[in-house]
Amino acid sequence: MNFEEYSGVWVFIEENDGKIAQVSLELLGAGRALANKRGVELAGVLIGDKINGLSKTIFEYGADSLYVYDQPIFKYYRTESYMQALLHCSEKYKPEIILYGATSTGKDLASAVATDLPTGLTADTTELDVEEDTGLLLASRPAFGGNIMATILCKKYRPQMATVRPKVMKALSQEKGRIGNVIEEKIDLKEEDIRTKVLEIVRHTSKKIKIDEADIVVAGGKGLGSAQGFNLIHQLAHTLGGVVGGSRDVVEAGWVEHHHQVGQTGVTVTPKIYFAIGISGAIQHIVGMKNSGLIIAINKDPNAPIFQSCHYGIVGDAFEIIPLLIQAFHTALHGEEVEV
Amino acid sequence: MLHIVACIKQVPDTKVIKMNPKTNTMDRASAPAILNPYDAHAVEEAVRLKNKYGGTVSVVTMGPPPAVKAIRKCIEIGADEGYMISDRAFAGADTLATSYALTKAINKISEIKPIDLIICGKMTIDGDTGQVGPGIARRLDIPPLTSVNQVVEVNKEEGFMVVHRKLEDGHEVIQTSLPCLLAVEKEINDVPYSSFPNMLKAARYKPHIWSVNDLDGIDKKQLGLKGSPTIVAKVWAPPKPEGGKLIEGSTDEKVEQILSIVLEKKELFEEVRGSE
Ligand SMILES: Cc1cc2nc3c(=O)[nH]c(=O)nc-3n(C[C@H](O)[C@H](O)[C@H](O)COP(=O)(O)OP(=O)(O)OC[C@H]3O[C@@H](n4cnc5c(N)ncnc54)[C@H](O)[C@@H]3O)c2cc1C
Ligand SMILES: Cc1cc2nc3c(=O)[nH]c(=O)nc-3n(C[C@H](O)[C@H](O)[C@H](O)COP(=O)(O)OP(=O)(O)OC[C@H]3O[C@@H](n4cnc5c(N)ncnc54)[C@H](O)[C@@H]3O)c2cc1C
Repeated sequence: MNFEEYSGVWVFIEENDGKIAQVSLELLGAGRALANKRGVELAGVLIGDKINGLSKTIFEYGADSLYVYDQPIFKYYRTESYMQALLHCSEKYKPEIILYGATSTGKDLASAVATDLPTGLTADTTELDVEEDTGLLLASRPAFGGNIMATILCKKYRPQMATVRPKVMKALSQEKGRIGNVIEEKIDLKEEDIRTKVLEIVRHTSKKIKIDEADIVVAGGKGLGSAQGFNLIHQLAHTLGGVVGGSRDVVEAGWVEHHHQVGQTGVTVTPKIYFAIGISGAIQHIVGMKNSGLIIAINKDPNAPIFQSCHYGIVGDAFEIIPLLIQAFHTALHGEEVEV
Repeated sequence: MLHIVACIKQVPDTKVIKMNPKTNTMDRASAPAILNPYDAHAVEEAVRLKNKYGGTVSVVTMGPPPAVKAIRKCIEIGADEGYMISDRAFAGADTLATSYALTKAINKISEIKPIDLIICGKMTIDGDTGQVGPGIARRLDIPPLTSVNQVVEVNKEEGFMVVHRKLEDGHEVIQTSLPCLLAVEKEINDVPYSSFPNMLKAARYKPHIWSVNDLDGIDKKQLGLKGSPTIVAKVWAPPKPEGGKLIEGSTDEKVEQILSIVLEKKELFEEVRGSE
């Protein structure tokens, strides 16, 4: 393998319903730093159907070039079709690095592409750096349930690939009017050759803000005792105009649905205010909320690890404190008293 | 009759594992070895499909000799056969080398009995990459379907199945040709307590154990550390977070203080107030 032939940092641009996924913008920010350090180009790869309108945004967030595969066969994400496009592009233009969001689509695609190329793939990266002269990607990730961090290298293969956790890297601020180079590509793929069909897409339409977009998250843990006790979390969130979060244990207990789970196997959140109430603060929970603006923990055990990961801690009984908090906030924000 | 193969791995229970603060390594002895929790759901789903459509469930693992225990656990859940590939040559494999070795084992199992469906867990709790399942599917050239949270139908006669793949805000309904590979979410099923007859059967069960030389046409250069493009260069303990400020006082005083800290961010509440 001649490494000289491989140049440039690429970001797979994930698109859902005509919108670019936030993680792709974050990766353009992270990729820009790597490309600058190496003195190479930053490019996006965009695959879909009727997606040309998106290129402007991709350049405004830092890409120099964009490879576009705009064909009806790419209307829905499917491993087999998207993988063919990415393999085609990578074999033709030979990048040194390809980054993907560690979303279900990004992980699915990257795992398949890595096997076919073949090359190494670092999973769920949270820190990225590159050696300026050799171009070696230093991708670090939590493993063993967050108990350790490990730096993974891929010395003998190109491109080097990594999936990167959403909400960890920072997108650049949008530079209006910044332009770049669009390279339109096509591959010859027939619908008959693709072995999976999307029969239907079902959206669970709730108008509620998604937990990873919320400014205020009120999260509760096993310390709330029961589904009924957990209601206090809903009430407090409602009073504050926030969204409910939960630890894995309360999701497993069925007190709240899985898409509210914060942590390593749930969602990573970065709200302006995060309440952790009756949550012990296991490392797997912490990795999902530690970048929040203001973390307030309430726990009756003064030795709970959560107190090592918060800005303000209150040692006390949730059942005593939350009703008082609901009262106080209600009066302050809505100017009236409530029954709790 | 379906032949379903579930891929399973024995892992240290990372919930209880302790770190050696001096060397920054994991004290493996501190953690019991368990069946990867996600793989229990993979096996359970295979068993449910067997019960519905008829057939056989085999499980396969690559691991050191003690991993026989994880196979026994799968027999308890209801699997019929267990296969293990175990050899020093496999040690240090990354996901690419792991999927290569497992594919060779699966090929050998399919010679014993052709395979209709392969089921993996979403991920393991130790390496936790989620990359092995799609890797196996690509090597076998069958469709990989990740994030599966429901199996709707399996139709072996017509050679297809229908599943739900979880999306962030819903799910998609996918039809795929058979054979294929699923990586399943935990929510796909609940794993019940094992039945007494299965426990008895598991205790006596002797899995088929193969070494490298039992696998036909294997390229040793693609195995273990040698066959792995990625290497773990450095391992360290995540930085200890700094403790926050404890709010002291009577309960009322504590509540009062939280109120003022939170309300300082007044821009967050304009809308809440405005909507009243
Ligand atoms: C691979 C892996 C992935 C994982 N992923 C996640 C994840 O994504 N998210 C996640 O959250 N966890 C995850 N976990 C689980 C994690 O290890 C913990 O088990 C879990 O976070 C604990 O949930 P908890 O804090 O609600 O419960 P517990 O640990 O049981 O803590 C309950 C807390 O409530 C306090 N309490 C009790 N009563 C009261 C009261 N009346 N008032 C105030 N406080 C009270 C107790 O002091 C205690 O600290 C994962 C684990 C593994 C192994
Ligand atoms: C600290 C650390 C970090 C690592 N990071 C990476 C990395 O970024 N990239 C990389 O390529 N490798 C990495 N590895 C290596 C990786 O852990 C091993 O390749 C491991 O054998 C398989 O990966 P996994 O545990 O992530 O499995 P996953 O891909 O998470 O497993 C998914 C499913 O595949 C099946 N499966 C997985 N392993 C087996 C098995 N041995 N036998 C049978 N079925 C199995 C199970 O159904 C499982 O649920 C890392 C290892 C360590 C120690």
